[in-house]
This record gives sequence, structure tokens and C-alpha cells, in this order.
Amino acid sequence: MSRSRSDQVAASGDPLRPSDHADTAAAVDSDVQQPALGVVGWLRWGWRQLTSMRTALVLLLLLAIAAVPGSIVPQRSADPNGVTQYFVDNPDLAPVLDTLQLFDVYTSAWFSAIYILLFISLIGCVIPRTKHHLKALQARPPRTPARLTRLDVHRESLVELAGDPSAGSGSEAAEASIALAAAQLKKAGYRVERYDQGATLSVSAERGYARETGNLVFHTALIGVLLSVGIGGGFTYTGQTVIVEGRTFVNTMLDYTTFNPGRFVDPEALAPFSMTLDSFDVTYQPPGAAGGGQAGDFAANLTTQFPGEDPQEGVVRVNHPLEIAGDRVYLMGNGYAPTIVVRNADGDVVYNESVPFLPQDTNMVSLGVIKIPDGMPEQLGLVGFFYPTAAPLTTGALTSSYPALVYPTLTLDVYEGDLGIDDGTPRSVYTLDTGDMTKLTGRETDGASIELRPGEWMSLPDGLGTIEFVDESSSDAAVEAGSDAAQSQNYGGSVKRFVSLSIHRDAAAPWVLGFAILALLGLLSALFVPRRRMWVKATPSGHTLKIEYAGLARGEDPTLRSAVDQFAQQHGDALETELRRPTPA
Amino acid sequence: MPAETFSLDTVSVLMIWTAIAIYALAFVAYAIDLSRRSALAVDASGATVRERELVGAGAAGYASGTTATGASASRALDDLRTQEKAADDALGARPAKRQRLVWARIGTSLAVLGFLFHLGATVTRGIAAERVPWANMYEFAMTGTLLIVAVYLVVLFKYDLRFLGTFIMGLVVVLLGAASLPFTFYVEVVPLMDPLKSIWLVIHVFVASLATALFALAFGLSVLQLLQARRESRVQAAARGPVGAGETATAPKTGPRFLATLPSADALESLAYRFAIIGFIFWTFTLIAGSIWANDAWGRYWGFDTKEVWTFVIWVLYAGYIHARATRGWRGTRSAWLSIIGFSAVIFNFTIVNMFFKGLHAYSGLS
Ligand code: HEM
Repeated sequence: MSRSRSDQVAASGDPLRPSDHADTAAAVDSDVQQPALGVVGWLRWGWRQLTSMRTALVLLLLLAIAAVPGSIVPQRSADPNGVTQYFVDNPDLAPVLDTLQLFDVYTSAWFSAIYILLFISLIGCVIPRTKHHLKALQARPPRTPARLTRLDVHRESLVELAGDPSAGSGSEAAEASIALAAAQLKKAGYRVERYDQGATLSVSAERGYARETGNLVFHTALIGVLLSVGIGGGFTYTGQTVIVEGRTFVNTMLDYTTFNPGRFVDPEALAPFSMTLDSFDVTYQPPGAAGGGQAGDFAANLTTQFPGEDPQEGVVRVNHPLEIAGDRVYLMGNGYAPTIVVRNADGDVVYNESVPFLPQDTNMVSLGVIKIPDGMPEQLGLVGFFYPTAAPLTTGALTSSYPALVYPTLTLDVYEGDLGIDDGTPRSVYTLDTGDMTKLTGRETDGASIELRPGEWMSLPDGLGTIEFVDESSSDAAVEAGSDAAQSQNYGGSVKRFVSLSIHRDAAAPWVLGFAILALLGLLSALFVPRRRMWVKATPSGHTLKIEYAGLARGEDPTLRSAVDQFAQQHGDALETELRRPTPA
Repeated sequence: MPAETFSLDTVSVLMIWTAIAIYALAFVAYAIDLSRRSALAVDASGATVRERELVGAGAAGYASGTTATGASASRALDDLRTQEKAADDALGARPAKRQRLVWARIGTSLAVLGFLFHLGATVTRGIAAERVPWANMYEFAMTGTLLIVAVYLVVLFKYDLRFLGTFIMGLVVVLLGAASLPFTFYVEVVPLMDPLKSIWLVIHVFVASLATALFALAFGLSVLQLLQARRESRVQAAARGPVGAGETATAPKTGPRFLATLPSADALESLAYRFAIIGFIFWTFTLIAGSIWANDAWGRYWGFDTKEVWTFVIWVLYAGYIHARATRGWRGTRSAWLSIIGFSAVIFNFTIVNMFFKGLHAYSGLS
């Protein structure tokens, strides 16, 4: 065991430790004896408890335990849909968990209490230690103990003094050997101090202050990480948007589907750029190959532009966000956006848009909604699926058997009535509330569902007009669904793509990274730099010179023994050559 | 088997199963070694026990009985100290100067042989997949256990840890065997998913596996430390307590006998600590590297995704362990439990969390 409890040689150079540190002697708590503590006494006692090793340890363990439920119960921050589903699946349990803040573990009162206490404890621990350490950095190595034999490691060697045994040669040799030892120790990175007592000369050396420095840097950097997250979060924003090929997004609140600004973000002062989605690339593993249908190599090719500047090309890939004026643009999702044109009975175009359909599975069965508020006798809503490679299931329903456009098919059902968007309540563009609407096509109605391939059109029920699924790859006129002209086509490029992008400004990230790296460096130094003292003492007596080497570990130091051995060897060898040198007579 | 299906991947699978079989043999050899150590331990202490019996029986009728048994019990304490001192010194002995333990040697030779097949299997899998062989559960298990064996074998150059051989080989056989069955984790080579195409896959996962290997060693040592500490305290209790004559005739129950050939609880503890802190540094790096990757792939460096939560929990547990060792009243047995809990969390994170917990890290390759 290399850890020493030789407190008799503890000096001011030792790092300051909480009173219940394993290395400090178990002193009787002086406060215990005092009958009345008074307010100040209690406060001091409380503070001592809070900044003790034991409290830090208990809080660390509590933190570990408290973090676990967040991985078992869905969290609003990471998985809001999961939470909604949880409420549906466990209607009795969910409200109870909600009261306990188990859906928001990491912002909950109890989780916050633990880490805030931990960090108060940390600050209370680190400040006095830092002060103490700054002083210790200037302290001299401690006095050489009278009896070196008591220390962790002790070596002794006797040097026969050659030549003239007259007075003085012993002390000369002693001086030479200690001066040599001091020089060697200094070269090895020790801080050295001579302590001579009569004929007994000695050098005291200490090294490894970087251990405590590293420890303090580590703990302080953790505070830095926490502060960066807390303060930096206020200057951070994230927003999501959806862009269809050929469309342009402008970086203002209007163009975001969702936007979460930090406390200090001015949403009116976002960087004034625009982005156009020129095209979206994706490759699919061919069917039959290993991982058939698996998508990869996603790339959103964008043109970005600042007012009054030349447009620039940029690509967003997975793992490679695009950086624009300090914002980072991420590719979060993609899908198909069929272009649909609806005409009313008079032949007027009442709807003409590329509608993002949300993918539901890996073969891109996609769900979409079309809302036509004006131009028809009543408001019209269409809801349905897009299948890039339609294939019939045994039930007769359709599915998609491959994610690329092999046999793209769009099926829609038509609803007539009140879309519920006129009263100002915000409604998702991806859902249709059919409560106040009448179904005109599909199951339980007289009308057949609409089924279209790119380039085809069909009549709407009740003579309402027509609906066309525009083929984006050709300028040919649309043909009526079911006519022969639509068969055996190459559908590549017939349907537009959309991407969902996430735009972030994270002011905290560089700081967090900086502090994290600092913590890691501090840790390396705190755990691997050995802190130790070494003494060399020379005592002349007659024809011999006794040289003692001793080492003392301050903290974990598995290599102390070999370090002392090595030094004794090195010093002995050098001393021998030096003493053998013929002295000028 | 037709030639075209005899692919590199198949070769890899054959080699993995060869490696598992050899590791199983190594496990047996190491287990025999431990039981032979028990025999050695009995031989060494046999003389003392017999002597003690004589003293005990003789003392029964006399008033001075307690003193006599006390003396024999304190002799047991001396035996313990001498034995542990020798074992502590043997721990750091150079490979050439180590005790000749035939079965341990056979175990180590088999472990090396198994490792070579294991390495071959991992490399061919990587070549077959044209990427690093750690991108799904099966491959994590393959590379992770490879690193456990590698770290164990490398450490053997410095410390004589062959008494951990049974544990290491057993752990690897179970993990690797379970992962390689066709109906568990085994999956054929498929192209990487986009988020995995990153230099961080290479760094982050590799370093995490390395940390796991070190934690595994620390775990094994902590378990032995607990057993050894119990044995020490029982011997001490027997030496201290006012023992009846009848009790002294039988040595106190002190756990598996091979413990008598192992280093002291203190020595085991400081070694466990040394592996744990290196593991902790790697784990800290894993945490940072993972955050950098998450920031590129998911647009945020931290989001309390399940896997992130568990990586954090493990980090905090080991920070707790390191603290505990510096806290009065926690050093020794209590801190050893934290090392054990920490490694259990690592294994839990790799198995249960990967398979059953929902999250963004959906890369197990299982469906
Ligand atoms: C966020 C919470 C904390 C974490 C993650 C943490 C982590 C660590 C780690 C990893 C070490 C070992 C490396 C080294 O020696 O520098 C350590 C050591 C140490 N920590 Fe902390 N710590 C935390 C809070 C605290 C608090 C609140 C205190 C004060 C009560 C404290 C006092 C110490 C001391 C004195 C050592 C040196 C132990 C020794 O002598 O080996 N730490 N800490």
C-alpha cells in the first residue's frame, strides 16, 4: 500500500481536504462537544456537512439513481409522442407519474435539487482548496524528518571515503553528495530545499503539485460545463421547417413550423438568409441485396443567399450540418410531396400545391392531408396515402414494397364540410379533423376512393370538379386515370421530395466542449501525476559516509518504491565517479 | 456448401465459434488451476492446522486453555500475513520469475490461441463489411470481448493476474457465445445507416469498448477483494475472539480456499482502482466524443436519450467509486461494491438498454 498516513511530516504543502477525507486523521469533531451551537454554529456545521466528502459521495450516488427513471419513462423533451402514447396506454398511472414529474425528470424539482446541492457542495469544496493550493505552490518542501527509517520507502548506503582521513574530508564528501542529489532532483522536476543540521546535511524535495492542480481544474471545469449549459441555453434557439424541392425558406419566424428560442433570443433579429432546396438525393439498397430498401447517402442540395450577396451552394448531409452565419442546419427527415391540382366544376384551379406526405414506414408509405377552404360549394378536405411502389396486400388494401418511385400511387378520400380553420384555432397541417365533415368517398360511402398515378386525373364525386396528380418529370398533358397511356411508365422523378430541416444556434456548445476537454486534461493530471516527497541525507562518520534515501507518497503512488530505488542508484553511480575524481593536491 | 456462399462473413463466423470453443477450454484450464491452488493452500496450512488441533485438544482440560488457543489463532494471523505478503510480491513479478502453475499456463496459452482466432474473425468481418467491425450489437459484442481478452493478456505482462483467468474467460464465453447465436444478435453484413458513417463511430465506440474491458478487470478484482476482505476479517475475528476449545479445532469458514494463494484485499483494491481510473478516463472521453457526434448527427450534443442517460449514470457511478475510495468509512469494502455496481450498469447498458429501451441509438441491427 503506497498511501501513507504519516501525518507527522504533513506540511503546509499538502492539499487541503475535507475533514472526512480518508487521508486525514479521524479527529474528534470539536463541535460535538459544544452544548449550544447558536445560529452561526449551526450554519457553519451545516456548511461543513454539505462540503464534506461523504455528502458529495451521497449526492453523486443520488444523481446516478435519479437519472435512471428518465430512461424508462418517456420524456417530454426527447419523446413527446411517447408521453402522449403513455397517457393513452396507462390512463390511471400516467397522471400519478406526471405529478411526480417523471415525464420531465431532468428538469424536475427533485433532480434539480440534487445537482444544485452537488454543485454548491462542489463550489464550497473547491474555493478553499484553490486558495490553499495557490499558497502551497509557493511553499518550500518540508523539513527533513529526523528519522527517515519511518517513511514508506527507505534506502541506505555507506560510502567508504578514500584517501586522507584527516578532518574535513567527510564533510566535503557529504556536501558533494547532497549538492549532487539536489541538482539531480531539481532536474527530475522536484522542488528542492536544503536542511542542514551540524554535520548532517540533507535535501528535501517535493514534486507533483500538478496532481492537485489537475484535481482543481477538473472540478472547476465541471462547474464551467454547468454554467455554460445554463447561461448558454438562454442564447440558443432551435427551429424546424419543411422545404419542398424548388421552394425557398426565409429565416424568419413565419417560415418555421416550430421555433424554440432561449430566454435572451430576439426572434425578430434572426440572421437574414434564405435557402432554396434545389434537389434531394437518396440511394436505396436494391431489392434482394443485403439490407434491401435501406436508405442512405441522404443529401439536401441547397442554395443559400444573404440579401445583396451572391447565392451560394451548400449541401446538408447526415453527420454534416451546413453552417450559415453561425447557425447550423441539420437534415432531420425527408419524404415525398405529390403535386396536386384541384379544379372546381367551372374548371377553375382552386388548389395547386406540392403537399408533404409524412412517411410512416421504411418503405415510405406516406400519410398526407389536403385542405381546400375556398372555391368549392363547401370546404373540402382530402386525406390519404402515397405509396412509392404500390403493392396490394391480401386484404385488398395497398402497401408499399420499396421506398423508391417504381409504381407511385396516391389514394385519397374526400370529406366535405367545415375544416375548422376559420375560427383562428391553430390546426396542424398534417391532420384533418373530420368531426364536422361528411365523407364522400371510400369505405361506407357510395363513391370509390380516388386512386391516381403521376400524370393522371379523376373526377371528384358529386360533380365537384377534378383532381390531378401532376407528373413532375414530364410536361405532357394529364391523362384520365385508368386509360392505357398511363401504363408501363418510368416514374423516376415524377414526384417531388421534401426535406425537414432543423436550424440551430447553440451558443453554449463551444464552451461546454472547451470545459469538457479541460476537465479531461485535469483528470489525466489528477490521476496519473504522482505526488511524492523525497529526502536525501548524508551523515559522515569517520571513514564512511552514510547516505539515506527516503520517499513518501502523498496520495495514490504505485511507483514510489521504484522511483526511490532508481534515484538511489543514479545518485550512487554519479557520486562514485565524482568522489573518485582525483582532487588537485 | 457451394463455393459462392462460402463468403468472408462465413469464415468469420467459423472462426468466432472456434475462438469460443478454445476460450471455453481456457476457462476449464483456469478453473482447474484455481482448484489446484486450493490444494496448495491446504498443504501449506495443513501443518499449522494439525498443530492447532493438538494444542486445542490439550488445552481443553486446563485453565490456561484460552491463552494456548489464542496463541495458535494469532499464529493463523501470522500465516495469513506471510502468505499475503508473498502473494502481494508475486503480483508484480516479471513473467519469467512467476510461480510455475501448469494449468494457469495452459489456460493462458489457450487464451492466446483463442484470441488469435477471435482477432481473425473480427478482421474478416471488417473486411467483409468494408468498414470497422463494430456497427451493430453482434459486432459490438465481438469487438468488445476481443478488447477484454486483449487488455487481460497485455496486463499479464505487468501483473500476474492469472487468477482472474476463469472470470475473464467465463465472461467472454458467455457474452460472445450469446451474441453469436443465429437467433440472438447475429446479423449478416448490411451497409451502414447514414448516422453511423462517421469517424466518431471508429473512435467513440472503440474507446467505449476499451473502457469496458478495463472496468471488467476492475470488477473481477473488486469481487475478489470482497471475498479476501471477508476471509481476512474472519481470520482476525478468530484470532481476537475468546474462542471455545471446540471451535479452534476447525478453521473458521473463510470462503473459497484458493483465496489463500491470492494477494491481500488491500493489494487487490489498489489494483482494481488503478484499472478503474484508466477505464474512467476512457469513459469520460467516450462521453465527450459521443456528445460531439450527437451534435453532428442529431443537432444537439446532449438530449437525455436513453443511451446518453446510461452512459452518464455509469460515469457518475465510477466518479462515486473514485470518491468513495478517498472518503473515510468508504474505502475498502463499500467502495468495492460501487465498482461492482458500476460494471453491472455497463453490462446492463450493453444488453438490456440496447435491446429493450427506446431511443435514438437504434443501431443494434435487430428488429
Ligand atoms: C459533480 C460532482 C463531482 C464529480 C463528478 C467529481 C469527480 C471526481 C473525480 C473523478 C475525482 C478523482 C480525480 C481527482 O483526484 O481529481 C475526484 C476527486 C476528488 N473530489 Fe470530486 N467530484 C465531484 C464533486 C466533489 C465535491 C462536491 C467535493 C467536495 C466535497 C469533491 C472533492 C474531491 C476530492 C477531495 C478529491 C480528491 C480525492 C483524492 O484525494 O483522491 N468532489 N472527484
